[in-house]
Amino acid sequence: MKRSKRFEVLENRPIHQDGFVKPWPEVGLVAMESSLDPVPSIKVENGRVVEMDGKRREEFDMIDSFIADYAIKLDNAENVAAMDSTEIARKICDINVPRDEVLKITLSMTPAKINEVVCKMSVLEIMMGLTKMRARKTPSNQAHATNLRDNTVEIAADAAEASFRGFDEEETTVGIARYAPMNAIGVLVGAQTGRPGVLTQCSVEEATELAMGMRGFTTYAETVSVYGTEQVFMDGDDTPYSKAFLASCYASRGLKMRFTSGTGSEVQMGFAEGKSMLYLEARCIFITKGAGSQGIQNGSVSCCGVPAGVPSGVRAMAAENLIATLLDLECASSNDQSFTHSDLRRSARTLMQFVPGTDFICSGYSSVPNYDNMFAGSNWDAEDFDDWLVIQRDLKLDGGLRPVKEDDVIKIRNKAAKACQAVFRGLGLPAITDEEVEAATYAHGSKDIPERNVNEDLKAIEEMMAGDTSGIDIIKALYDGGFPDVAEAVFNMQKQKVAGDYLHTAAILDKNFHVISAVNEPNDYHGPQTGYQMTEERLNEINDIPWAVNPEDY
Amino acid sequence: MNIDQEELRNIVADVLKEMDLGGEEAPAQVSAASRTTVSAASAGRTESASGQLILTEEGEAKSGTAVDEVVLGITPAFGIYQTSTIIGIPHADVIKEIMAGIEEEGMKCRVVRVYRTADVSFVGHDAAVLSGSGVGIGIQSKGTTVIHQKDLPPLSNLELFSQAPLIDLPTYRQLGKNAAKYAKGESPNPVPVRNDQMARPKYQAIAALLHIKEAEHQDVKKKPQAVRVEFK
Repeated sequence: MKRSKRFEVLENRPIHQDGFVKPWPEVGLVAMESSLDPVPSIKVENGRVVEMDGKRREEFDMIDSFIADYAIKLDNAENVAAMDSTEIARKICDINVPRDEVLKITLSMTPAKINEVVCKMSVLEIMMGLTKMRARKTPSNQAHATNLRDNTVEIAADAAEASFRGFDEEETTVGIARYAPMNAIGVLVGAQTGRPGVLTQCSVEEATELAMGMRGFTTYAETVSVYGTEQVFMDGDDTPYSKAFLASCYASRGLKMRFTSGTGSEVQMGFAEGKSMLYLEARCIFITKGAGSQGIQNGSVSCCGVPAGVPSGVRAMAAENLIATLLDLECASSNDQSFTHSDLRRSARTLMQFVPGTDFICSGYSSVPNYDNMFAGSNWDAEDFDDWLVIQRDLKLDGGLRPVKEDDVIKIRNKAAKACQAVFRGLGLPAITDEEVEAATYAHGSKDIPERNVNEDLKAIEEMMAGDTSGIDIIKALYDGGFPDVAEAVFNMQKQKVAGDYLHTAAILDKNFHVISAVNEPNDYHGPQTGYQMTEERLNEINDIPWAVNPEDY
Repeated sequence: MNIDQEELRNIVADVLKEMDLGGEEAPAQVSAASRTTVSAASAGRTESASGQLILTEEGEAKSGTAVDEVVLGITPAFGIYQTSTIIGIPHADVIKEIMAGIEEEGMKCRVVRVYRTADVSFVGHDAAVLSGSGVGIGIQSKGTTVIHQKDLPPLSNLELFSQAPLIDLPTYRQLGKNAAKYAKGESPNPVPVRNDQMARPKYQAIAALLHIKEAEHQDVKKKPQAVRVEFK
C-alpha cells in the first residue's frame, strides 16, 4: 500500500509509543462496566449479612467476609440496595444534596452497588462528586523525593525544595532496599528544613516501613497495600485481617497511615477472577474502610499503564477516587505514575483530580527529574513545575504549589544539605563532604552529584539499625550541628505521635504544627461560592509568577 | 555478549505480534494464539544463541547444605510456556548468563521451579530458603529478577531488578556474580540501578498479559521442583 503521509506523521506522535490493548473481560482486562461483575444485593438477618452481591455467606471468600462483617453500615443497607443506582449517582453530583446525606447512603452500600452507581457517571459528574465529597476542605499535594543513586544529601536538598514549593507530604523510596533508613532520614531532615510541619515517609517493605516509623525516621506511612482478590492477597502472604492488624500497629504508635490500592493490580498480578478492575478496586476500598484506616492512596497508582491501556481506564481512575470519598476516606489520588509518552494525555488524566481538588492531587508529584524518580517515573516531575504553576493561574485553581525565586531555593537546598551533613556527623554515618553539599545545592538531579561509596553507606546503615538510633538522635545531631530550628521542627513532628490529632482523616500540618483535617476543617462544598475558596493572599501568590511581565514596564 | 539492536527490535516486534497487540484482531484470538505457543513449547525446549534450553524436572527440590551454592528459582511458565523475556531475550541466554556469573565466582548454581506463586519476591525468597548458602535468585518469565537472602522479609531483598525491559544479558551475568558474592559472605557493590520512566507506559499492559499467562500455570499446592538444565 502506498502510505499516506498524514498517517506516517500520526504514527510518529508520542501517543503511538503507549501500549494499548483491547479488553479481555474473561481475565479481568477491562476497566469498568463489565457484564461479568456481580449484581448488587444484600440480605441482613439478626444484624448479620447472610447474602452480599449475589453470594450466600457460605460462598464468601475472606474478602467478602471481612467486608460484610466490618465495612458496611447495616441498619440502612437493605433500603440502599433497593434504591435506583442512577438516582444515587444523581445525588452524588447534585449540589443540592449535602455531603452528609450522600454518606448516609453510600456508607451502607456493597462493593457491587457502589461500582454500579459510579459506572452511571460521566467524568464531569465524577469530578462534581469529588469536589463535594472530598474529606478535607483545602486540597493539597504530595511530592516524591528520590534518586537513582539513593544519594541522601540530594534527597534532603530536593525534599527541602519541595516543602518550600508548597507540598504538604513527601515520600521517598529506594533503588537499593538497604538504603531505606538513610533515605528516610534525608527526606525527614530536608522536608523540615524547607517548611516545618511537612509529613514524610519512605515506601519500602511493610515491616521495615513500620520499624522506621517507630524509630521516628518517618511521620506517616502509605504503602500498606490491599488487593481485590483472595489469591493476590495470598501471593503476598497477607489477608485483610493482617492488614487491619498492621493498621492498628501504626495507630498504637500514633503514626498517620493510609492504605494503597488501585485498578489494575489484580489483573497485573494475574488473578482478577474475571471481574472489572473498578469492581475489584471497590472491594479494596471497602477493605480499607473495614480495617479502620483513615484513608487510601488510589487511582491505579503504579498499575496505571494497565487500565490506561483499555477503554475508560482514566475514567475508572477518577471513579475509584470518588468511591474513596464516598466511603468518607482521605484520598491521595495518584497522578504519580508515568503512563503515557503524550503530554496531552497526561494532562488530561490529571485534570480529573486537579479541577475538583482532592486531599492530595498527586501522590506524589516527582520533585526530581523523572530519571531520578525511583517509583519508575511520575506523571509530573521537576521539569513541569512551571507548567503546573501556570495551570493553577490559568484556571484559578489551588494545586498546592507556589511560585518561588531561584535564590531562595538555592539557600534552602544549601541549608538542608548542611543539616543532613550535620546529622550524618552526629549519627556516625559516612561523612557528607563539602563538595557533596555544594553539588546538592545546585543540582537538578543525581547526574550532578559526586558518587558515594555505596558499600560503606550500606555497612553503616546495617550497624545503625542493629543499634537503637531514633528520631531523638537526629534531633540531637541537628541541635549540636548548629541547626536548632530544624531540630525543633523534627522534635515537633515526633510530638504529633504523642498528641495523635493528626490521626484524624486527611490530616496535614501547617508551619506552626496545627492540624488541618476533615474533623476541624470538613469540606462543606454545596455549589458556587461555597467550600474551599482561596484567600486573597493565596490567590495573589498563585497569580504572581515571576516571569510575567509588568504592564508598567512597557 | 552483545545483541544487535536491529535483531532485538525484530524480536520485540515478533513478541508483540504474537501477543496480538497490533490492534487488528479480536481479543478472543489472543488466547487462541497463546494456545499454539503453549503446545509448541510444552516439551520445555527453546532455541537461542546458547542453543536449545532443556529444563527437566527431577522431583521435589531439597534443602541444600552446600554453602557454595546459589539457588535460582524460576517461575511456573519459565522456559516452557514462555521462552523469552518481555524484550525478547531468550530464556536460554538468560539462564546461561546468570549461571556463568555465579560460576565466575567459584560458586555453583542449582535451579528449582517454584509453583506456588509467580511473585518474583516470593520465588526469590523460596529459592533462598532452599539454598545452602541462604542466597537465592528469583526470576519471572518476563525477566523481572531479585537477589534474595533467607533471613530477609519476603518482600524485601538484597537487590531488585524491577524493570524487566531494562535488563540486558550483561546485567543478568552481573547479578549472578553479585548473588555468588553475597553467598560467599562478601558485600559486593550492588549492580547500578536503572530507571526508565517510559518503560511502564510502553510495557505495562503487555507485562500484565505475560503475567496472566504465567499465573495460569501456578499451582499453590505444588512444592518447588528440582530442575536439570541442559543446553544442546
